[in-house]
Amino acid sequence: MSAQTLTASLAGPEAEASRSRSSDGPAPVRIVVAYGFWLFLLSDIIMFSALFASYAVLSGQTAGGPSGHELFELRHVGIETLCLLFSSYTCGLGILAMERGHLRRFYLAFGLTFVLGATFLGLEVSEFVGLVARGAGPSRSAFLSAFFSLVGLHGAHVTAGLLWLSFMVAQTAVRGPRDFVRRRLLCFSLFWHALDIIWVALLTLVYLMGAR
Amino acid sequence: MLGKLSWHAIPFDQPIPMAASLLVVVGMLAILSLITWKGWWPYLWREWLTSVDHKRIGVMYVLLALVLLLRGFMDAIMMRSQLAIAAGSAQGYLPPEHYDQIFSAHGTIMIFFMAMPFMVGLMNFVVPLQLGVRDVAFPVLNAISFWLTASGALLVNISLVVGEFARTGWLAYPPLSELQFSPGVGVDYYLWALQISGIGTLLAGINMVTTILKLRAPGMSYMRMPVFCWTALCSSMLIVASFPVLTATFGMLLLDRYVGMHFFTNDGGGNFMMYINLIWIWGHPEVYILALPAFGIFSEVIATFAGKPLFGYRSMVMATLAICVLSFMVWLHHFFTMGAGADVNAIFGIASMIIAIPTGVKLFNWLFTLYRGRIRFEVPLLWAIGFMVTFAIGGMTGVLQAVPPADFVLHNSLFLVAHFHNVIIGSVVFGAMAGYYYWFPKAFGFTLDRRLGIVSFWCWLIGFYLAFMPLYAVGLLGMTRRMQHYADLSWQPYLIVAEAGAIIILCGIIATIVQLVVSIRTRESRRDRTGDPWNGRTLEWSTASPPPAYNFAVLPQVDSLDAFWAMKQRGQVVPAARYESIEMPRNSANGFVTAFFAVVTGFAMIWHIGWLAVLGLVCAVLTLLAFGWVERREQEVSGEQLANDERVRFRLMDSA
Repeated sequence: MSAQTLTASLAGPEAEASRSRSSDGPAPVRIVVAYGFWLFLLSDIIMFSALFASYAVLSGQTAGGPSGHELFELRHVGIETLCLLFSSYTCGLGILAMERGHLRRFYLAFGLTFVLGATFLGLEVSEFVGLVARGAGPSRSAFLSAFFSLVGLHGAHVTAGLLWLSFMVAQTAVRGPRDFVRRRLLCFSLFWHALDIIWVALLTLVYLMGAR
Repeated sequence: MLGKLSWHAIPFDQPIPMAASLLVVVGMLAILSLITWKGWWPYLWREWLTSVDHKRIGVMYVLLALVLLLRGFMDAIMMRSQLAIAAGSAQGYLPPEHYDQIFSAHGTIMIFFMAMPFMVGLMNFVVPLQLGVRDVAFPVLNAISFWLTASGALLVNISLVVGEFARTGWLAYPPLSELQFSPGVGVDYYLWALQISGIGTLLAGINMVTTILKLRAPGMSYMRMPVFCWTALCSSMLIVASFPVLTATFGMLLLDRYVGMHFFTNDGGGNFMMYINLIWIWGHPEVYILALPAFGIFSEVIATFAGKPLFGYRSMVMATLAICVLSFMVWLHHFFTMGAGADVNAIFGIASMIIAIPTGVKLFNWLFTLYRGRIRFEVPLLWAIGFMVTFAIGGMTGVLQAVPPADFVLHNSLFLVAHFHNVIIGSVVFGAMAGYYYWFPKAFGFTLDRRLGIVSFWCWLIGFYLAFMPLYAVGLLGMTRRMQHYADLSWQPYLIVAEAGAIIILCGIIATIVQLVVSIRTRESRRDRTGDPWNGRTLEWSTASPPPAYNFAVLPQVDSLDAFWAMKQRGQVVPAARYESIEMPRNSANGFVTAFFAVVTGFAMIWHIGWLAVLGLVCAVLTLLAFGWVERREQEVSGEQLANDERVRFRLMDSA
């Protein structure tokens, strides 16, 4: 689901009309919430950009320790990537199911999203544990500090996302698909897709370029 | 069990810190017991601590800023007194390790907990009123932002009593701020206080941008927004774009200190210049986050008291946007001496000089607004004129330092210290004081005492010049910043004059406090019944003073710039024909409770109390989830209620 369709579905028809002119008074709640959340996501991406920049500066500073070429296993990372990207796909399906009122399909899709997200996280943790066991922990060199922090920050976001996802499923089950629940679900899906964008950059800059 | 915390953390053996901390503790206890004794807690809880009203939150921000202005100023006058006497063989009364904490605390408090809350508070209070709407986009988030900022301020002040503060300057440059060279808790206090308040600021910025871009009265297109809203927008956009960098940078330093990483260390391949680049990528925009709203305040004040529309509104908006963009392209001028080479330094030097152009445009716009206006020399206009002169001088010394070869000579000298005080006091403090006096009657329904306002202004202005002009000179003579003691006796006369200036500024601060007390006592005679005490031009003056919780019974219809002025010209200030019921958000304890747990977490992290940190964090998250579980219901204000309120308001207006 593209960004535009998301905002549009978030806004609803009555908002579509009012969006055409910015001076028609305060925008409806759904527009305001989506807009604010987009801004938050942008700020989050800026925070990542600071870590990306630091990684770029420090990626060669191995202090005599192992480099990315020796450490990264692309097959492992490939499976991680598939899990995360598919979890975004199921998340999108879940939102579509919610829009069409198919509650059971929504639960199924979000359940799958959770499983895929958790698998991604598990794989990442296993990678980290393996690195530390090989003596390539975050305090070994500046390169590894930057690597663990950047990848770990993304992992922390995924963890927060899984917590949020569980909360939203519980809330949908108890409160039903009310307006405020649906607004939050859409914000959640924006968040989940944003994590994909960051992961794609991470995969490229850290793993693909580092493993060469 | 208690990590690094023990009785040694309390400075029993050092008389000055001990006296200061006793003063703080006794003062806090006195205030708390007064509130308990008077039975004010239910009122405070209901009307302030859980309020999500942007006006109340704005007032609390400004109050926080004023209290921390006192704290930061005490640090300042202690430093000035030390330097007035510590020449030659005299060592003064502050040992180096204490002096270092004082200048670090002074800078940190003045920027993060005085200037920031002051500006954010004024934006919070004024922007929704000027936009003609009823609240900000996310009222509960607004309360969370404020309480997180207050949490950071609390942590900094706890450091006065328990433990120590950083000795690393206001930006905590590594490698000095790394564990190897700063093993104490001072840097941790600094980092956690700023991380917590930084999140608050970021959320406030997001809230403000959303409010301005998505919530405006019908008919208020972008080019009909008051200039203060434009500057608030640009300032908030800068917050959204730069504070995440600060969070990331401090996060990396924390990882270095807590888990032994090597981002900025000397060993392990770390690169401390990266910290200095990152911190200034936040730090330079920060200067404009503070200055832009001040420019907005002066624009409002000058137009109002010249009785004319602002000269060159469009160019003012364009200049603001230009500064907003350019502010991200000059960060390297804070460390030309890094050795990036002549090409890099030249680019950043030229970029820095270019900022003087939009700023110059603004200055001429203000001057042309005053030209042939019907000028009323009310207190805010005095601050505005004082600003124009002072800021022009500060701007020129800034452009001077934007020339890299000159900067190599002036870097880290008192010339630099004089320059940034010149621009920040000249714009931000003068702007804050102007805004405080200008919008006070709107917030509380009565005006401040004019005579004491004038006294305060002149004390600040004269005190400022006496305190900082000598520092330019002594900086050129070679005195570097952050010295607790100096050998060259020929510098002493300058520093004694600077001390005299600080004392005159103190008189200005006292005048402000007395002004507040006197004005509250004589409030009955200085009531503002019209809601428009200054014959204002923008929408905040079109409602009652203080405004009702819902701001406007009917959202105003805007069809030009200076909307309220246009309404007055057309004689449209009349009750509406019909009042429809509206919905307003209910109070929420979310912000206060979340921030409480943030303080617990921060304190536990500072002292390495693992279990408490986890507990605090879990409780903070659970608080957010618990408040998120229930659907927030709005409360309705009925049409009859609105009609009634408006009848009272118009009757009052007629009696005035």
